[in-house]
Amino acid sequence: MNELLRQLTEATGVASDEKEIRLLIRDLIEPHVDEWRVDTMGNLLAVKRGTGERSLRVLVDAHMDEVGLMITDVDSDGTLRFTPVGGISDRTLLGKVVQINARGGKKITGVIGARPIHFLSAGERSKIVSVDDMRIDIGAGKKEEATGKVSVGDLATFVTGYQELGQIAMGKAFDNRAGCAALITLLQREPYPFDLHAAFTVQEEVGLRGARVAAYGIKPDLALVLECTPAYDLPNERDISPNVMLGKGAAIYVMDRSTIQDPRLVRHVMRTAQENEIPFQIRQPGGGGTNTAAIQRATTGIPAATIATPARYTHTPAAMINLKDFENVVRLAEATLRNLSSELFERQTSTA
Amino acid sequence: MDRELTQKLVEVYGPSGFEDKIRDLIEEEVRPYADEVRIDPMGNLIVRKKGDGSGLKVMIAAHMDEIGLMVTHITEKGFLRFTNIGGVYPHTLMGNRVQFADGTIGVIYSERLENREKVHSLEKHYIDVGASGRDDSPVEVGDAAGFLRPFLAQGDFLTAKSMDDRIGCVVGIEALQRMDSTPHDIYFVFSVQEEVGTRGAQAAANAIEPDVGIALDVTGTGDTPEGIPMAVELGAGPAIKVKDRGMIAHGGLVRLMKQRAQEAEIPYQMEVLEAGSTDARSIQIAGPGSAAGTISIPCRYVHSQSETVNAEDVENSIRLLVDILSKPIEF
Repeated sequence: MNELLRQLTEATGVASDEKEIRLLIRDLIEPHVDEWRVDTMGNLLAVKRGTGERSLRVLVDAHMDEVGLMITDVDSDGTLRFTPVGGISDRTLLGKVVQINARGGKKITGVIGARPIHFLSAGERSKIVSVDDMRIDIGAGKKEEATGKVSVGDLATFVTGYQELGQIAMGKAFDNRAGCAALITLLQREPYPFDLHAAFTVQEEVGLRGARVAAYGIKPDLALVLECTPAYDLPNERDISPNVMLGKGAAIYVMDRSTIQDPRLVRHVMRTAQENEIPFQIRQPGGGGTNTAAIQRATTGIPAATIATPARYTHTPAAMINLKDFENVVRLAEATLRNLSSELFERQTSTA
Repeated sequence: MDRELTQKLVEVYGPSGFEDKIRDLIEEEVRPYADEVRIDPMGNLIVRKKGDGSGLKVMIAAHMDEIGLMVTHITEKGFLRFTNIGGVYPHTLMGNRVQFADGTIGVIYSERLENREKVHSLEKHYIDVGASGRDDSPVEVGDAAGFLRPFLAQGDFLTAKSMDDRIGCVVGIEALQRMDSTPHDIYFVFSVQEEVGTRGAQAAANAIEPDVGIALDVTGTGDTPEGIPMAVELGAGPAIKVKDRGMIAHGGLVRLMKQRAQEAEIPYQMEVLEAGSTDARSIQIAGPGSAAGTISIPCRYVHSQSETVNAEDVENSIRLLVDILSKPIEF
């Protein structure tokens, strides 16, 4: 069992409520970094000093937040209204068990109540229930009982135990605890030829907000973003997919809706994969967005690239990754970093 | 205006994110006239012309990138599925040709149309490069293509696949070349990735922190049959932008542009663009902010392969810019 992935995916950390996951990661990296701090927004920023061989300032980012729910109101019957935090489809919610991070560090368990099939009319059975009509039931009989435990503004996440099904790992929040696990592993390895600035960032799922601040705080020469990207690889009749496939290796980004990755860095990552015989796939260009967008345009511009573990069923209570892909992301990220040189980024410039 | 230079610039490859070739070309043109030339981390070409120390710090932005396509999937039979880079519309595609960075040319077509009155969406189109399968395809997933179309000059009627915004680059280059002396410390930025969200100009403006920012870009016109209702027309002079979807221009700068045009007897028109924006929106709110505006070159058929401008409008845009930059800027 991959203990690191288990711990990281089972920890909670909905965007803006990353304390639990941050403390866990801090404990995991503390023995392997030279310094760490938490910035104003809650990003965990650590430095692993290098050998000093190369004068590069390198940022490696992995967001630690996950999608979840926020309690918005308590009804008179003691059930809780809520709204999604980050991209969650209404279709994935009914009948799911959730845990609410309540005051005093208490975890309150609840279920997103669904009317049993016995009481559904034929028309209702085929209808998608809107999130506005759903409630979380924490077993409270009336409003006062519920408000004694939870408050409006509390954040909730899914309850999914990590499991391994052979080569496949199943759990919640692989997006982006897979990236966090990769970055933690990189920090545990031997020092790099330069100082490595690790950023475990907050609030990616609500708009790349933490990384923007982290990039300004660190002002790196270049950045590598470690992510988890949705796989859409089930059989498709039309010859237009897949975007990425489980088991085909580390996914390298070229372009999504928010970023055109730095072509020099993309070439470097691909060449590194080829030279080291690390399986990789190009993530199908198109939709989506990662912290790379925020980092690339921060300060005076930062060359950036993204490597991701493909995952099926992201942003639902249970996603799946292939553990080999995860290992290949770690191998590729490490080889990419150890191979970095400033010549890669030099452009001819001159003063007349 | 220099038609030879225009032809060179509009025909070269340079979709957003892949601006190396067009940047090399522009760098050659500007180098003899610049006090300093540099390329920033995102790939913007930043060309500085120093002033006499009495003026302001001015950033002029014209974007080098053009809209294009990127390969997302290669079918078993070797056809390329693609996505858009910037605002590419399905009705402009069928039968058109694209070129990849390595020179490979492809033809665009779509799956069978059930109804000829209706075009398919983008994902039902494909590029044919003459490959028979994945193994002999000369391109890979992630490769970017630009449109392929020769420059056409018919009197003052100038047409090309990338007037947006190579004609803005022409205005910037020629203004730099014609300017004798200036009170201002001017940074001509030939920016990257405008078509995907004015991304390059944002980083460049963060670095430069100008007092005044002026974008040079094309704008739509309202002078075609049953076209969009818009006051701008081809041949009526440069358009001074008041507002678009991303920016409300600095009032003082707008007044100054009008005044300079009137004094120099340069025809001009006022522009309110209801869709779209320019690099000026990024420059305006980058860093501590700046007084931003745009000189627009009126252009028909924007984001098609036959973007069309009027040579007199281009000439007058250059004259207006030179005039603004040669004199003190006071609001």
